[in-house]
Amino acid sequence: MPQQEILAQLAQIVNEIAGVPVADITPEKTFLDDLDVDSLSMVEIATAAEDKWGIRIPDDDLKELKTVGDAVNYIEKAGVAA
Amino acid sequence: MRVLVTGLGATTPLGGDVASTWDGLLAGRSGVRRLTGDWVADLPVQIGAPVAVEPTEVLDRVEARTLDRSQQFALVAAREAWRDAGFGPDLTIEPERLAVVVASGIGGVLTLLAQYDVLRERGARRVSPHTVPMLMPNGPAATVGLELTARAGVHTPVSACASGAEAIGLALDILRAGRADVVVAGGTEAAIHALPIAGFAAMRALSMRDVDPEQASRPYDKARDGFVLGEGSSVLVLETEEHARARGARVYAELAGAGMSSDAYHVAAPEPTGAGAARALSLALRDAGLTPDDLSHVNAHATSTPLGDVAEAAALRTALGDAAARVNVTATKSCTGHLLGAAGALEAAVTVLSLHNKVVPATRNLDDPDDDVGLDVVRMSPRELPAETAALSNSFGFGGHNVTLAFRSCA
Repeated sequence: MPQQEILAQLAQIVNEIAGVPVADITPEKTFLDDLDVDSLSMVEIATAAEDKWGIRIPDDDLKELKTVGDAVNYIEKAGVAA
Repeated sequence: MRVLVTGLGATTPLGGDVASTWDGLLAGRSGVRRLTGDWVADLPVQIGAPVAVEPTEVLDRVEARTLDRSQQFALVAAREAWRDAGFGPDLTIEPERLAVVVASGIGGVLTLLAQYDVLRERGARRVSPHTVPMLMPNGPAATVGLELTARAGVHTPVSACASGAEAIGLALDILRAGRADVVVAGGTEAAIHALPIAGFAAMRALSMRDVDPEQASRPYDKARDGFVLGEGSSVLVLETEEHARARGARVYAELAGAGMSSDAYHVAAPEPTGAGAARALSLALRDAGLTPDDLSHVNAHATSTPLGDVAEAAALRTALGDAAARVNVTATKSCTGHLLGAAGALEAAVTVLSLHNKVVPATRNLDDPDDDVGLDVVRMSPRELPAETAALSNSFGFGGHNVTLAFRSCA
């Protein structure tokens, strides 16, 4: 799946869970500081991403996903592996 | 030190705010209806009193999704009370002088049960990370504290159906002790679900009058057969007189005192002579510097159970003496059903409005008064109150908790 499509679908998830406007969800943004997504909502987002792409995001990996771009890259790689 | 009521908020089976709830009470409307849905089908009791306005219609979607229904109710009621007291963007208060006391009888039971279903059906990794903050009994108080930036303390007394009244009593203590200038206090409950209904039904505490929902909650009536489970929240803004006067606040009434006692008799059954409740009544009067002669109104706990209503009546006769036959008694639950941990807060708000508006709403469904009650219960139509008077509000809870709040008119 192209990165652009992953980004669009991830943005939908983040919007649904944390209420961040889709237009604000761009690769360089950090979840915590830029988008104000707290750690509990990050767990929800990870769970939703796992369901959507059929992947598994271990907690140690989740901690490293600081920006939207980090998450898109991770999903792309994990999706290929899956 | 005097403590004043300067703001009121509510979301109840009669309406989504204080005004619609009060109008419903004056009109004697019932908030009880037949419950619908597959989950109801096998229950021994299929009536309840759900809120009139779904909180998700009022709250932002994202805000609502991480709050238990009981937290949603509390947030709706607290916002109304805060605005009603005149606070808002243009008038705030130092966070260190603002406290919150919001009670719940059961806590986030809907979240607990829903997430248990998720656990069983989809596994531990699918349980929401919001589960614990949503199910903890102090969740609603925390929600309100975060909303209003309260840093003088956030508290949650739990005493079953006396919780909401106990919250207001605790708020009075906090203000008198000088730990805050303003306390936002109340109760909330959201427990209309198969398990609590089955549990209360197993105790034989609920009305079985499924065919006649609007007639089911009938305190003091000979044909009463139990309470009707309601839901909702009510929140009051309580303020020291000094703080309220300094900002020129509109004052509804004075919270003049509180009395609390415990039965140590039975975990659920009322002590039949009402001795514990009578002590709470007497303590509230003494704390408020009132005598029974000063009273013209009692908002009774009166849930519509066969034993509870007469035990409370006995307590009133013991504590008030001759005045018990004279004061205007009303039972708000005849219209709203029983809001459990929110009931005491809602009935405190109704008592305050009765003093402020000088009128007592009538008790609905009181067609054939029980001879053992021996009180002047207002029925058929509302009754006027004097301009300068005092009133009590009773709340009792499983566990043997007795709480009486005393209010005085403020011209």
